This record gives sequence, structure tokens and C-alpha cells, in this order.
Amino acid sequence: MADEGRQTLRLVVTGHVDHGKSTVIGRLLHDTGSLPEGAVERIRRVSAETGQPFELAFLLDAFEEERRQGITIDTTQLQFRTARRDYVIIDAPGHKQFLKNMISGASGAEAAFLVVDARRGVEEQSRRHAHMLALLGIGQVGLLVNKMDLVGYDRAAFEAISREMGLFLGSLGLRAGASVPLSALEGENVLRPSPRMPWHKGPSLVAALDGLEKDREEEGLRLPIQDVYKFDDRRILAGRVEAGRVKAGDRVLISPGGKETRVASLAAWLPGDQRDRAGTGESVGLMVEDEFFNRRGEVVSGPDDPPAVADRLKASIFWMGRRPLETGRRYRLRLATSEAEATVEEIGGLMDSSSLAPIPARGRVGPDEVAEVEIALDRKIALDPFSRHKATGRFVLVDGFDVAGGGIVTAALGEAAEGRGFAHGRLRARCEVFEEYYYSLGDLSVRKAGDGRRPFTVGDPVPLRGQSYGFPESFDIAVFRDLVAVLIRGGQVAALVPLADYVYGGLPVVNGRGFGLLVNSPEEWARARADLSAMTPENEARLARRWLDFNAFRHIPIGLADFDI
Amino acid sequence: MDHLRSLEAQSVFILREAYAKLGRLGLLWSIGKDSTVLLWLAKKAFFGHCPFPFIHVDTGHKIQDMIAYRDRVAAELGLELIVHRNEVALAGGMGPDRGRLACCGALKTEALAEMTRKHGFEGLIVGVRRDEEGSRSKERVFSERDGDDGWDYANQPPELWGQFKTDFPKGHHIRVHPLLEWSELDIWRYIEAEGIPVIGLYFSRDGERYRSLGCAPCTGRIRSGAMTVREIVAELEVTRTRERAGRAQDQEDAYAMQKLRRDGYM
Repeated sequence: MADEGRQTLRLVVTGHVDHGKSTVIGRLLHDTGSLPEGAVERIRRVSAETGQPFELAFLLDAFEEERRQGITIDTTQLQFRTARRDYVIIDAPGHKQFLKNMISGASGAEAAFLVVDARRGVEEQSRRHAHMLALLGIGQVGLLVNKMDLVGYDRAAFEAISREMGLFLGSLGLRAGASVPLSALEGENVLRPSPRMPWHKGPSLVAALDGLEKDREEEGLRLPIQDVYKFDDRRILAGRVEAGRVKAGDRVLISPGGKETRVASLAAWLPGDQRDRAGTGESVGLMVEDEFFNRRGEVVSGPDDPPAVADRLKASIFWMGRRPLETGRRYRLRLATSEAEATVEEIGGLMDSSSLAPIPARGRVGPDEVAEVEIALDRKIALDPFSRHKATGRFVLVDGFDVAGGGIVTAALGEAAEGRGFAHGRLRARCEVFEEYYYSLGDLSVRKAGDGRRPFTVGDPVPLRGQSYGFPESFDIAVFRDLVAVLIRGGQVAALVPLADYVYGGLPVVNGRGFGLLVNSPEEWARARADLSAMTPENEARLARRWLDFNAFRHIPIGLADFDI
Repeated sequence: MDHLRSLEAQSVFILREAYAKLGRLGLLWSIGKDSTVLLWLAKKAFFGHCPFPFIHVDTGHKIQDMIAYRDRVAAELGLELIVHRNEVALAGGMGPDRGRLACCGALKTEALAEMTRKHGFEGLIVGVRRDEEGSRSKERVFSERDGDDGWDYANQPPELWGQFKTDFPKGHHIRVHPLLEWSELDIWRYIEAEGIPVIGLYFSRDGERYRSLGCAPCTGRIRSGAMTVREIVAELEVTRTRERAGRAQDQEDAYAMQKLRRDGYM
């Protein structure tokens, strides 16, 4: 094939309305000779026919309404190439009203350019788009400061915007790529450095494009089953390899069923397509040795690296629906090829997606707002935290007929993810009191060792001494997230009571993670309870310093090596 | 994975999603290169089987070779083929002399609508591509059409992470676009790489060939000496002429295709 081995990178161009996204792309296509013959003349003719000034943006803004109003309504994409590689460039609308179209475009990208108008500076959608890029998992964001002609190619104007946006991108956990001053209208610093900006030592637009890096492929097989075909005597599990690799002979686990089997072979129509292995991105058909009942929605993985299986999850979500998201209402969650009925049980960390200003909790998430939520499903599905696997760590929420929200999984909840909790009657308390924690030097974070089992219930003995903790024979556990207190007496679970009914009786009290509470009287308990029940990401550090003693019953060793698990 | 393999994998994924999620499904086969690639991809997606019928909307004005080729290939591959014509309009003498847009409207858009309802299709797989023309560039992979086949292009649903529009009221249908991301050059490179048979009208005769196929009165030939797929690829690698320059209905006015497509045109 002519272009074998050439890389293709998918890039989205985002930013506030009117900051010149479509013009930047139009200029890029024009100056690199990527436009078909007559395209510019056609635009001139349309402009003349409709009495509008000529705009390069019309190359992308094909709809009559877009040209009449001079804004991009819907996303589109174009192919374009440089000496280094091929590009698919996605144009995303910048008007607040069309955020869902921006998301549709940006969700398919590997990297992004954020366009900011040099004269008007960072505006509402500049920040909102940056926030959406972070939620969509696009790590690499370059900054284009456009319309430099309008500020006389002023270095200070460029640097101020560059600094402001760099800080904002950093606060979202995004990697700020190159920062490029340019004028798309005049074609300055597009293909080559501009003599009007001799102070700019960084790259031109095209050089910045070529400087972007492609995402690394994820390790660890994830193959969500799309369908099971029995058109002939073969039984084929069809799906796309979303991460990792698979080959004939591999042992695999199919979740959430939890059945283990071996890949017998890969199916193909043409003899020339017959392979014994497949990598990330390939659409394949697997034939497995054991014929369990399999169905769409299950996930094939390696047996030692399975996805979580959970019916509860924590997620960061964004909402696009006209009708707000509300707690208690039923939605349909679609994650890779699996689906489940979903209810949002808790909404926290609600904020405006542009200013990042917190919004007081109010049991609903409005259009263009983002939130941290806890979602309960009507059945268990296979999923991963987004930080581990993108394709099985993100989902959409369907309200009625419409995809109305999207989200990324921050944690799978339930026994396996939460540690060994407590259950009695209808009371449940999630907790990690008897879990071993360690400090991981690899990623400088505190992690939990081992995984959970069936929850403890009344009468069960509990392991009072671990390698990273030790508790007295009798103490109380206050689980604020579930509003339940667990009473441990003589090394056994004595009772679970609603937190509202719990009476402080002078025994040591720990929270759900096993950290001591600095409480010595019923009055202090009442104050601690009020404070810790109202913990938010903003006050959590202050309240933790006020009420928690991390070292009372626990210490956090370095590394996993000490543990015997 | 190289570019063509990743396009192929994505199209196969889309075809399988359509088959898994939509009710009665059909593939619009126009005999041209794009829908012939679609046919090939369907065979790949379903391991040699085609679990849905192929549909040809016959305007009665098609280039003659196309009809003969259609019937031969359908017989060879054992395709379930549905041919539909707007007989009422044809009996009334509808043709491009009545106005090109009116003709496309009656013989393509209306015929397609009749056929969709007659057979109760919930999903129609169509081989349109973004790079063909402006309104197609804005399409979704799964694009809803209402009970009158209308396309609400100013209010398209979000489409992200391979989660397509599969929930809609009864009576609506979905146009499924597996080739949206492909370019004309991708199509020809794929035809070359896979050795897919295509109709002879694309190859040069007397210094001219068809680049885009449609109805005889409204489709022009381009000057070209390309006699093989390889020569077509070589020609397209350097050409800067638009693919649909030879399609008269596109040139009627600045937004001709947007208007046709709003009302249900493919």
C-alpha cells in the first residue's frame, strides 16, 4: 500500500466562539495546498451570492445557517498531511449552545489545540472546552493564540494569555503542549516562523502539530463482546480489541460471568485475513474452547488482569441534556458494549464547567455542569477505572431517547473495590478499616493491598491486628458516607446502627478507613459528626486536620513487600 | 495499525453495532465504488454472511451498464436484493427536464421513503463520506430520520466513544454511515489492496472515465487515461478536482445538497 507505515493523528481544534477555530483550519488547509481545486472560488461565489464577506472558515462551515451566522454549529473533520504524518483535523463549535457537538467532535481526538483570541483573551468557552478535554481523557493540549494581527503582534499579550491558560490547563491535570502565537487571517506563523514575531522562539503552527505525540497503546487485553454469531457451524465472539493483544492459545477470562477458557482461533472471511493474533483497534472474531453462554456486554481479558465487576461506581460526569440529571431518576448507562439501568445516588463536587466555581449541592446536574457522582446499576457489569483503561472506563447516560451525559469511572464500588465492609439487615457500611495500606514509590500514592470478600455481619470475628494496623478489642466505627455506625465488642461485630442513633460511650472511635477520631466526649462527638458529615473537597483537608489522627491505629509502610498476602 | 486497516476495523465495528442494536436493517447499494466497498466490509464483519438485504433505488435513468452489473453481481454473490422505483412519478414522466432537484426529490428521496416504509426498515446503511460535500461532512455515524424522513441537522445528538444513537421513537429510522471517515482516495487504495471488483465505468475509455456514478443525464465523465485501479489511485494522489464536479444536481445552488438531504436524500 502506498502509505504503509505512515501514522495518522486525530486532532481537535477547540475554543471560544469567534476566536477563529475554523479559520485556523481553513488557513492550514489552504497554505498546505490540501484544498481541492475550485474550493476557494466556490466559497467566493457563495459569499457573493449570499452577500457575505469571504471567510476561510466557510470551507468547514458548510451549512447555510453556519455561514449566515458566521459560527460553526456542528463538528466536521478533514484529512490533511505534513511531511511527518497524516492528520484528521476535527473542527468543534465554540458556541455554548453547541457544547454537545463540540463533545461529539473532541471525543474522537487524541490531542487538541485550544484557540484563544489574542485581543479578547481567555473566555468562558476557552475554559469550558479545556475542562471537557480533561474529562474526555485527552491529555495533550496545545495553545494557539490567534488574531495576533489585532494586537500588533505584541509579545506581552501573547505571554499573558499563555501563562493564564497554562495554569488553568495544569489545574485540570492536562499536559500543556506548545504555545503558538499566530494570525490565521494573515497566515503568520502558520507554515514557518513569522518575521512579525521575531521574539517567538517556539514552533510555528505546523511545527507544533508535528511535535504532538501519539497516545501509547494500553497494556492488558480488553475486548468487549459486541455480538455472538452463529451464522454457520462456527460460534464466534465478535468485538473490537480496545486494549492489549490477543492470540490463539491464550487463556482468557470473560467478565462479569467470570468464566475462564482458551482462545481456539480467530475467525476470518477471506483466507488472506486469517491471523492467529490481533492488536489494539482491530475488529475480530474469537472462537473459544469452552462454549459458555456468552452475550453482548461481556468483556474478554487476561485471567490475571480482569476488569472490576461492580454494580456501583464513582464517576466524574458532564451533562448535556436539556432536562437536568436528578438523583433517584432512572437512566440507561452504556459502557463499551454493556448496558444497565442506572440511578444516580449521590451528587457531589458540582461545579460550573467553565469557571470551576463550586455549585452548592442540590440533587441535580444542569446542562454544561460537571459533577462527581455515585451511580447504582441494576446489575453487575465489567468496568475499569478510566485511569487504567479508557474504553472500559467511560460511559454515556441515556435519558429517554437521548444520550444526555458522559462520564469517566473514577472507582468501581462494591466489595472488591471498597474493601471488606459490613452488612446487617438493610444496613450496609462500606469501609476499609481492616485493609492493609502501603505507600507505593512507583506512583507516589497510598494504595490498598489485597481485595475484599463477603462483608462482615453481626457475630463475625474481625481481624483486629494487621501488618499496618492494630485496634483494641472494643471500639466503634463511624462510616460517614453510609451514615452507619458499627460497634465492635470483644473482637466481634456486635451491632450496626444508623449514625443518627449512635451514642458515644467513651470507647475509641475510628472512621471508615480506620483513622482515629479526636473525640473524647459526647459534645466533641456531636461537633465531629456535624463537621465530618458535611465534608467537601474544599474543606476536607481542614476538617481532617481538626478531627482525624492518622497514626492512632495505623501506620503506612513503604512498598508492598512486607505484606504476606 | 496502518490507516486503511484502522478505517476497516472502525467500519466493521459500526456495521456490527447496527446489526446488534437496530431492528430491520438494509444496505443501500448504488452499484458505485463506495457501496461496493460497503458490501465487502459487510462480508468481513459477518464472516462471509450478509444478514440483511441490499437495496437499490432505481431512478429509471441510471447509466445502463449499472443495471446489468447489479443483476450479475447480485446473482453471483447470492445477495437478497430489493429494487425499488417510484413508479407513479416515472409514469408521470418525471425526469431532469422537470428540474434537477425536483427529479432527485421524486425518484430518489421519495422512492427511498416509500421503500423504507414498505419494508419497515429501522436502519439503512448508506455509503456516504464526509469528504464528498459539505452537508455530509457534518453527519453523524448513526443519523436519525423522523417519520417524514427529515433530518434535523441543526440539532444532531451527541455521538461519543462509539456510543451511537440507538434509541428513537417508532416510525423513525437511522441512517448508518460506516464510511463517513473514509476519503475517496482511501476507498480506491482499499479497493486496490483488497482486489475488490468494481464496475468498468470507472476505467478510462476513449480518454474519459466516470469518477462518480449516478443517473445518465446528470452525471458527466472526466478526462482521464486511468485504465486500472492503480492508475486511478495515482491520478487521485495528484488531482485537485472535486469528486462530485461531474454531478449536476450538486451545482443547482449553493446549498442544494443540504436541502435535498434535509428532506431525506442519501
